[in-house]
Amino acid sequence: MRALTWHGKHDVRVDTVDDPEILNPRDAIIKITSTAICGSDLHLYDGYIPTMKAGDILGHEFMGEVVETGPGSTLKKGQRVVVPFTIACGSCYHCGKHQYSACDNGNPADNQDIGQEMYGQPMSGLFGYSHLTGGYAGGQAEYVRVPFSDVGPIVVPDGLTDDEVLFLSDILPTGWQAAENADIEPGDTVAVWGCGPVGLFAVQSAFLMGAHRVIAIDHFPHRLELARRFGAETINFEESKTYEALMEMTGGIGPDAVIDAVGLEAHGFFVDNVVDQIKASLFLGTDRIHSIRQAIHACRKGGRVSMPAVYGGFVDKFPLGAFMEKGLTLKTGQTSVQHYMPALLNAIVEGQIDTTFLISHRMSLEDAPKGYKMFHDNQNEVTKIVLKPDFAPSSTIAAE
Amino acid sequence: MTIAQDDAPATTSKDKDVRAQEVDTLPQPKGDALLGRTVTINRPRAELFAYWADLTNLPAFMDNVERIDMLSDTRSHWVVKAPAGKTVEWDAVITDKREGELIAWASTEGADVPNSGRIEFRDAGDRGTIVTATIAYDPPAGIIGKVVAKLFQREPAIQARRDLRRFKQLMETGEIATAAWTQKQLQEEKA
Repeated sequence: MRALTWHGKHDVRVDTVDDPEILNPRDAIIKITSTAICGSDLHLYDGYIPTMKAGDILGHEFMGEVVETGPGSTLKKGQRVVVPFTIACGSCYHCGKHQYSACDNGNPADNQDIGQEMYGQPMSGLFGYSHLTGGYAGGQAEYVRVPFSDVGPIVVPDGLTDDEVLFLSDILPTGWQAAENADIEPGDTVAVWGCGPVGLFAVQSAFLMGAHRVIAIDHFPHRLELARRFGAETINFEESKTYEALMEMTGGIGPDAVIDAVGLEAHGFFVDNVVDQIKASLFLGTDRIHSIRQAIHACRKGGRVSMPAVYGGFVDKFPLGAFMEKGLTLKTGQTSVQHYMPALLNAIVEGQIDTTFLISHRMSLEDAPKGYKMFHDNQNEVTKIVLKPDFAPSSTIAAE
Repeated sequence: MTIAQDDAPATTSKDKDVRAQEVDTLPQPKGDALLGRTVTINRPRAELFAYWADLTNLPAFMDNVERIDMLSDTRSHWVVKAPAGKTVEWDAVITDKREGELIAWASTEGADVPNSGRIEFRDAGDRGTIVTATIAYDPPAGIIGKVVAKLFQREPAIQARRDLRRFKQLMETGEIATAAWTQKQLQEEKA
């Protein structure tokens, strides 16, 4: 089959590799029909993520058609499914509590060592995201092997297009969980740092959960415009002073809940010495960590902090004093995708949530290397690239 | 005689005397180096005990154990992978067995890797069963040292925790997680 493989910094290629096979009873093989490039894939592209190996297949946002099933799978050939990026068994204590991203068994035993050393307990496996999260082959390919296919994939009802449901795989549930973690009460003002896909879905979700006002913060004009379309007010941090603006816009109180959808993103997977090295060369430590610091600073007394942004190592100058003195609450975590999928699919069917606005480009899997470069170089215009294995090469279609 | 000053398991003690005393609680202690590892498995205690009590099941999740032959009800013969495609073998006897609770073993005289230990099963309410492995072994030097390195993937505690994770995966999910995507890769992983 053809697959997008990682070979090093700014070096991704579409190679011919072996087709996936059923290896365990609960496996299924999915023929990919749509797969997106995630912002966090850019960190693999930039060569920042350790434990990557040449030839690793990327991609953790994907969907397709069931073409083969193991004896323990509940899927049927021909069904269309969206696959969660978190690999969870459905049988362990954590899955029983719907904490799917904390699944004990989704990550192969040997790979759990790194997570255990770094965090105290290993987390679940993820598709296409380094060997720290299991080393699973991702979905930017013609086919993918999906473990625990009786638990993860959700069957798509007829009449819905790929574009309408693809983001159930990661970013829509992640944005929803971010808003849920903000414990929004009617009448609340919620501030969201970062208008990438997760931030934009958090804006949508916050309104659906009863937020009175949502204030979105970014510096890309196009992304702020998308947030405005959902009814958010905006702050461009290159034009205005964020803290001062938030205080003035909330009557001097501060937002009731704050959501950091920027963070270090996938940089968080770094062990601390790598973080230090990167910080030293790229000043990330003094720049991008700023969002969570600023969010805590602006949050009203007794307010809530939700952090979908991925942090994984150690951070400097975390404002623990402000956190304690103001009595804030922090909720965070990798997304329990499987927990949110059914309700969010229903919200899409009911027309309460639209995700198609996000897609800026559609292109062939063969053009994926071009897509990575395009996304890397222009994050204002390129909000989401969806790869379609059955598209003819060089037939990139830009939305609108 | 050193007395432990707290309630922590002896396997986590910094005091070598406390650890040595723990080794001596094994029925026929073999080996000086002690490790302990605990995992909670979301299955009934009786089921886990029954699976473990049939020693021929163990190679399914102990990656370095090629096969275990039963010589009698209590005596087994172990064939374990060694470097360069070789194997190392020894006999072990069951030294204690309490239905649903505990199985203890010890290698017999002349074992290349003297070892002994016990596996215990305790109820954990709605979380299933707490399984604790306590293992004593002698890390020998020379050629045998290399065998041990392979046997325990250099660090016995790491190997024990990997085996227990695989046991948990098999019992909870019916399969052992792998990131391979072809049979060929899977076989290479196990080699």
